[in-house]
Formats: sequence, structure tokens, C-alpha cells
Amino acid sequence: MLRTIASRLGTALPSLAGVVVVTFLLTRVLPGDPAAYFAGPVASPEAIAQIRAELGLDQPLLAQFARYLGDLARGDLGVSLTTGQPVLADIAARLPASIELTLLGLLLAVCTAVPLGVLAALRQGSWIDHLCRLVTTAGVSLPVFFTGLLAVYVFYFLLGWSPAPLGRLDSFMSEPARVTGFFLVDSALAGDGETFRAALAQLLLPAITLAVFALAPLARITRASMLAALSADFVRTARASGLNGRTVVLRYAFRNAMLPVLTTLGMVFSFLLGANVLVEKVFAWPGIGSYAVEALIASDFAPVQGFVLIMAILYILLNLFIDLLYGLVDPRMKEG
Amino acid sequence: MDRRAFLAASAGTLAAPFLAPGKAEAQSAARAETLLLVQEYGPNSMDMQGIGASQPVNGVALNCYDRLVSYKKVPLPDGGGNTFTLHELEPELAEGWQEASDGMSVTFKLREAKFHSGRPVTAKDVKWSLDRAVSIGGFATTQMNAGSMEKPEQFVALDDKTFRIDFIRRDKLLMPNLGVTIPYVIDSTTAIANSGGDPWAKEWLKNNVAGSGAFKVESWKPGNETIYVRNEEWWNSRPKLRRIITRDIASPSTRRALLERGDADVSALLPPKDFADLAAAGKVKVVGVPVPNGIWYCAMNSATGPFTDVRLRQAVAWAMPYDKIMQVALFGRGVTMAGAQGGPTTAWPQPFPYNTNLEKAKELVQQAAPGGITTSVLFDAGQATVAEPIAVLVKEALAPLGINVELNKVPGANFRGELAKKNSPMVINRFAGWLDWPDYYFFWNFHGSNSIFNVASYQNQEMDKLIDGARFTGDKAAYDAAVKGFVAMAQDQVPVVPLAQPLHDMAMQKSIGGYQFWPCREPDFRAFTKG
Repeated sequence: MLRTIASRLGTALPSLAGVVVVTFLLTRVLPGDPAAYFAGPVASPEAIAQIRAELGLDQPLLAQFARYLGDLARGDLGVSLTTGQPVLADIAARLPASIELTLLGLLLAVCTAVPLGVLAALRQGSWIDHLCRLVTTAGVSLPVFFTGLLAVYVFYFLLGWSPAPLGRLDSFMSEPARVTGFFLVDSALAGDGETFRAALAQLLLPAITLAVFALAPLARITRASMLAALSADFVRTARASGLNGRTVVLRYAFRNAMLPVLTTLGMVFSFLLGANVLVEKVFAWPGIGSYAVEALIASDFAPVQGFVLIMAILYILLNLFIDLLYGLVDPRMKEG
Repeated sequence: MDRRAFLAASAGTLAAPFLAPGKAEAQSAARAETLLLVQEYGPNSMDMQGIGASQPVNGVALNCYDRLVSYKKVPLPDGGGNTFTLHELEPELAEGWQEASDGMSVTFKLREAKFHSGRPVTAKDVKWSLDRAVSIGGFATTQMNAGSMEKPEQFVALDDKTFRIDFIRRDKLLMPNLGVTIPYVIDSTTAIANSGGDPWAKEWLKNNVAGSGAFKVESWKPGNETIYVRNEEWWNSRPKLRRIITRDIASPSTRRALLERGDADVSALLPPKDFADLAAAGKVKVVGVPVPNGIWYCAMNSATGPFTDVRLRQAVAWAMPYDKIMQVALFGRGVTMAGAQGGPTTAWPQPFPYNTNLEKAKELVQQAAPGGITTSVLFDAGQATVAEPIAVLVKEALAPLGINVELNKVPGANFRGELAKKNSPMVINRFAGWLDWPDYYFFWNFHGSNSIFNVASYQNQEMDKLIDGARFTGDKAAYDAAVKGFVAMAQDQVPVVPLAQPLHDMAMQKSIGGYQFWPCREPDFRAFTKG
């Protein structure tokens, strides 16, 4: 197992190097002059030149790259101009918010999508199959910001069931002592039931919005791979051998159908983590997606590079984790 | 917490959001003294003098620092709060001041006041702060120069409580320029002690406040939230509110929902349509102040391209759909700039003598470009809520004249670069000068020194003479004549067509009072009241 991990991490190094080069070049190729942007409304050409020199943008590209690599080696991702803080600190503050939201959204999605997909496959053509189709079509076709705004309108504005979409906690509550950065975990560790409730209440609506979106691919894949597994020879054999339906479905068919679902799950997770910008905007969630987009609009290089790099690392780790899970779900995969 | 307790707690909490919130009474007391303000984005620094400070940093400078002087408050006609006049100064850290008999310096007497650190405010701190503003470069230095404050040698600390500014030229903007959110007074000893060797403590002041102002920053989470807490030791009468929470909420729909549900007290910067709706619905209070010295305009490049021909510029001015722009783009949240009669006055902004008259426009186009032209109009994607509908209306209005306009929308980071190139034939943009004088506006927008704001690249030596004359004359009659002169020239030559003077809108609960508008446009927490 350890050897697998080490060799996988080894093969990831070239891709990381590629990511570093590409993000550096991409951010330089993008149009827009950060110096002019940050010089403010009445900047003279001299003021702009001064800022450009301060940012090191007047250096040749190669020198800028060397400087970037040097900083990177020291764990310095640069300073964001839009927040004025070191990028690493910004990301460290925001990543847990995104991960907590994405994990809960994904959990809700899996808890709904997997049973829905399994049932739809078992009762093909029944009402539950139609429901599955309806939900997945809706999930794919409704844009996230629309579901988000609709949810805010109905559950906050009209009904008042949900708390104000003001981010991770109500303004009048204080954050739990930071251990993991996940408010739910931290407040539970601190034994602070009130903060836990408040954080969960804030989290629920955006998580459901994300879940609606993530549900579709998961339910589709579950249904499809369940159908394939149910029509496989070994299931027919199992049924012929007189095993009861429960054992056939859960132990034989479901376990075999899980592999593609796991793969999709990994993809959906990494996609959601960076792509839930719109949910973050609607719910004022201080996450990493909106951070990167705002930086991109302002031609603020350092956060964009830092974001892509951190996401690449996360993606590599996630893929590794999913591959290890394969081995647990299906022992045959261990050798590969 | 053991597993069972945890499960029980979790089960209870899953239902919690749908139950009545607990501890409501305990919170309500704190709420009565706390203001929750929602805004699009928050400060990126605590130091307005620093390079690259964003618009909300003005709010930090305004509320956490003091200046030597401030401006006289003027009540708004609708009773929604106060605006200001730059023509009458009020004491802030300076108790009083006296101009020298030769008119070439002014001496300030400082009041007894303490910084947040407990140190007394001295003339040495004032000198260090103003030295910093003129030396640090970027926007701060440009703004100081606008009031003829250019060198540290101009600032003299005579003793602990006496401070003098020497003039390098007589400039009526010098005194009012001391009240903007740049020359604020910093606790120099504390700043230098923490500076780590940097003479202007740039890094430390970016993350820390060292002022004497009415509020301290309790916590600052960039991109998320800033919490201000009242300075109980402030020299002036204490602000009514104890805490101010500002949350950064990017989505305007969410900001509006928060306000309408009563969860937020004040919301800044909504699209004009939302302000118009909120004002019409009457559930919350909308206070709109015409932005002093500010207009939305359509500039035409008078140095290169088709609009070098003044007849085409006049044709555009006659073709402009002023009323539609006011209704469709600004939803009535503005003051019209069309249809002036009776010649120029000394006010700015003031309407131009054009209204929508397609016959006149067609005639001028027939003379100048009978074959029609194809051109493009540039605007900032960051201002697209208003600029894009205007651009579409302009395109529609000019098409029948044979002027075919393509829309060129660029993101904020590129927009300034495009302006600097000075080759866009048409630009839709807004400008507002902090110092509310016509000559100040014209200097930035139409002077031959061709600043980035002279978007039309307008060059006219006659006009330059009048602008320079108005800036430095002490004679009222000569000043009025010069202002009327350059306004008349702008009206005839139309390097830009003024479209509307925008309103600076702020929406708040009916229980919120004391709204104060200042040149920096950030709300003044010192004046707010609640309940």
C-alpha cells in the first residue's frame, strides 16, 4: 500500500511541474495590466511605472519565473493585491469553507442519488425510474445560481425558515476555536451546540443547492452501472443458485456497480470544489472559488497561480484516495 | 462528547434551522447598538495612503482616523440625512487655524486628543502623516498635489500643539484638500516602532490602524467581514453605535433580500433598478445624493478617428436619447443633463443645451459624413449594469443616422489600459472629482495636459488658459467669467456629452438615521443612529 502511494506521488511530480509552468505563463499572457488597475483612479504614468516595478512586472519573463520558483520553494505563494494578504493565508482561511460546503453537498447528493439510482435500476419503467429521470434532468439543466437564488427567495425571503445568507455564521455569533477550520467539526469539538446549530443552518441551503447539481451525474451513473451489473452473468448465476434478492442486489450487483460511481464521485468533488463560485456568490460564502474568480477579474496573478497549484495538488491527492478506495471496494483492483 | 451524545446532538440540530432561533433576547440588546452593513466588497488594506488601496479603504480612513479639518454638513432636502459643502471647513483635530498676513502659510492649533494607543496627538504626528502622503507615491501623492502640497518641507511642526503648512503657491484647493481621506493623522511613534525599518511603515499600517478616530478595527477578514468598535476615548462626543459589522456580499440580489427581510441595516451599491424598486415599495428608506462633480458621459475622441469633426460630435449630442437613458439605464436615479436654456452658469455639473432632436442630428451627419461611418464604443464591464444599457441605447439611436456603433465591453483590469491608449473613438464612463469645483473637473477631463481622464483627448489652448486662470485666480468675477467661458466651449465643442448626474444611493431600514455623505462616498459610522 505504502509503495503504491509513494510511486503514485512520484508520477504526479511531472504534472505538478507542468501546472506551475502553465499557470505562470497563462497569467502573463492574459490581457490586462495589474499595475494600471491597482494604481487607482488618478494615477499618473509615473505612479503606474512605480507599481509595476514594485510588483516586479518590469523584469524579463524568465527573471520573473525564476523569482516565482524561488518563492515557491520557500512556500511563499505571493501576496494578493485584492485582499492585501499572503495568498497562502488567504487560501488556508478559505479552503476549509469550500471543502466543508462541498463535502456536505456531496454527502447529501450521494445519500439521495445512490438509493435513487439503485431503485430506478431495480424497478425500470416504474414511477421511481421516472422520478430519477426527472430529478437528474432538472439537476443538470437548472443553473446553480438559479437554484441558489430560488432557494434563497423561497426558504429565506418568503418562508423565513432559513437564516440570512450571510456566509458561514450569523454576524452576531463568534467563530468556534479553530482546529480543523470546519465550523461543524470545530464547534462539535468545543461542545458548543449553539454555534454548531447556527453553522449547520447557514450551511444547509447552499449545500442543498450544490447537492441538486451534483446529484444528476451520480444518479445517472448509479442507475446505468446497476443495470449493467444486474444483467451480468454472475447475477443470473446468483439468482439461479437461489440466493435471496437482498443478497444478490447488495452484495453482488451493488458492490460491482460501485466502481464507476466512485470515479464519478471523485470527479464531481474536485469539480465542485472550484466550480461552486456561483453558490459562493449567492450565499456570500467565503470560499476559494469566488476568491480565484475575483483575482482573475482584477488580473491579480498570485492568487490565481496559488489557486491552480493548490487545486492541482488536491486533485492528485483525491485521485490517489479514490484509487486506494477501489482496492477496498474491489480487491481485484489492488494489483493494477 | 461520546458517540451517543454526539448523535443525539446531531439529530436535534438537523431540525434546528426550522425551529425558532434561541437566545434571541440576549442578542437583541447587542443588536440595538450594532449596525450591520452589507456591501459588494470590503477594504483590501487599512491604509488609504498605501498603493493599490481599494474604494472601501476610504471608510477605514474616515472612521478610524481624524484629519485636521472636516466639512460643514448640509441637510439633504428630503430629510434623509446630510451631505456637505467644501466651501466651509469645520475643525477636527485642529481646534482653529490662522492664515498668515502674506497669504503664503497657515498655522493650526491642535486640540487635546489621544491616539488609540493612548499617546497624545502632536504636531510631530501630523507632520509625519502629511510627509508620508506626499512621499509615498501613487494615488495619495497625486491627491495631495491636487491641493499644491508637494514637498515635506512645506509641513512644519512648531511645537507639540502648533503646526504650519507653507504654500508653494496660493491654491484654493489646499485647505479643502486637508479634509479628504488622504491627509489623515497617524500615530507616528507607534507606526515607526512596528515598521521593521521601513520609514513609512507601509506593511504594518496596511494591516493595522494607528489613528485617533472614533472607531477601532476589531477584526478584519479581507474579502469577508470587517468589524469596527467604538473608541470610548474619542475626543468628540461618542458615536451612538457601539459596533459596526460590514459584510462583503457579492450578489446584489442577496444584499437586497437581506435588507428587505430586515436582517441587514444598511446596503450600499445596488443596481439603480433595485434602488428604484426599494424606493417605490417604501419598506426601507433610500437616500440618494447627486454625486458632486460627477457625471455619466459619452466621450468622443477629438484627436483621432471620425469624431475629430466637431459636427459629428454635435450630431451625437443631438441624437442622444436622454430620457430613455434616464429611464432604462438609470431607472430615474439621476439628474438629467439635457435641454439647458439661457447659457452657461458657474455650476458643475450642469445640463448642456442639447436635447433629442433627430432632424438636427441628421443634418449635421449629412454635412460631415454623408456616407455614414462605422465606429465602436468602449465601456467597463465592471460598470456594465448601467453602462451596457446606455451603450445599447446609443447604438440604437445612432443607427438611423448612418453611424454604426459596435459595443466594446472590457473587464476592469483592461479598461484602464484601453483608456491609457487614448485611441477609442467613443467611451461611456463616469467621473467624479472629490474636490467639487468646475475648474478641478475640467483640469482632469479637458485640459491639454491630457490626463488619463481626458478620455476625449481634447486639446484646446484657449480652454487651457481659462481653466488655469480659474484655478489660481483670487478674484470672484474673473473666476466666474473663466468658468462660464470654458463651460460654453465644452457645450459648443462637445468632447463629451454629459448624460446624467448619478445619484449615490444608500438603502437602509427606516429605524436608521443620521446618514452622512462625504466626498469619498463611504458611509460615516460616527453619525449613524438606530431606533
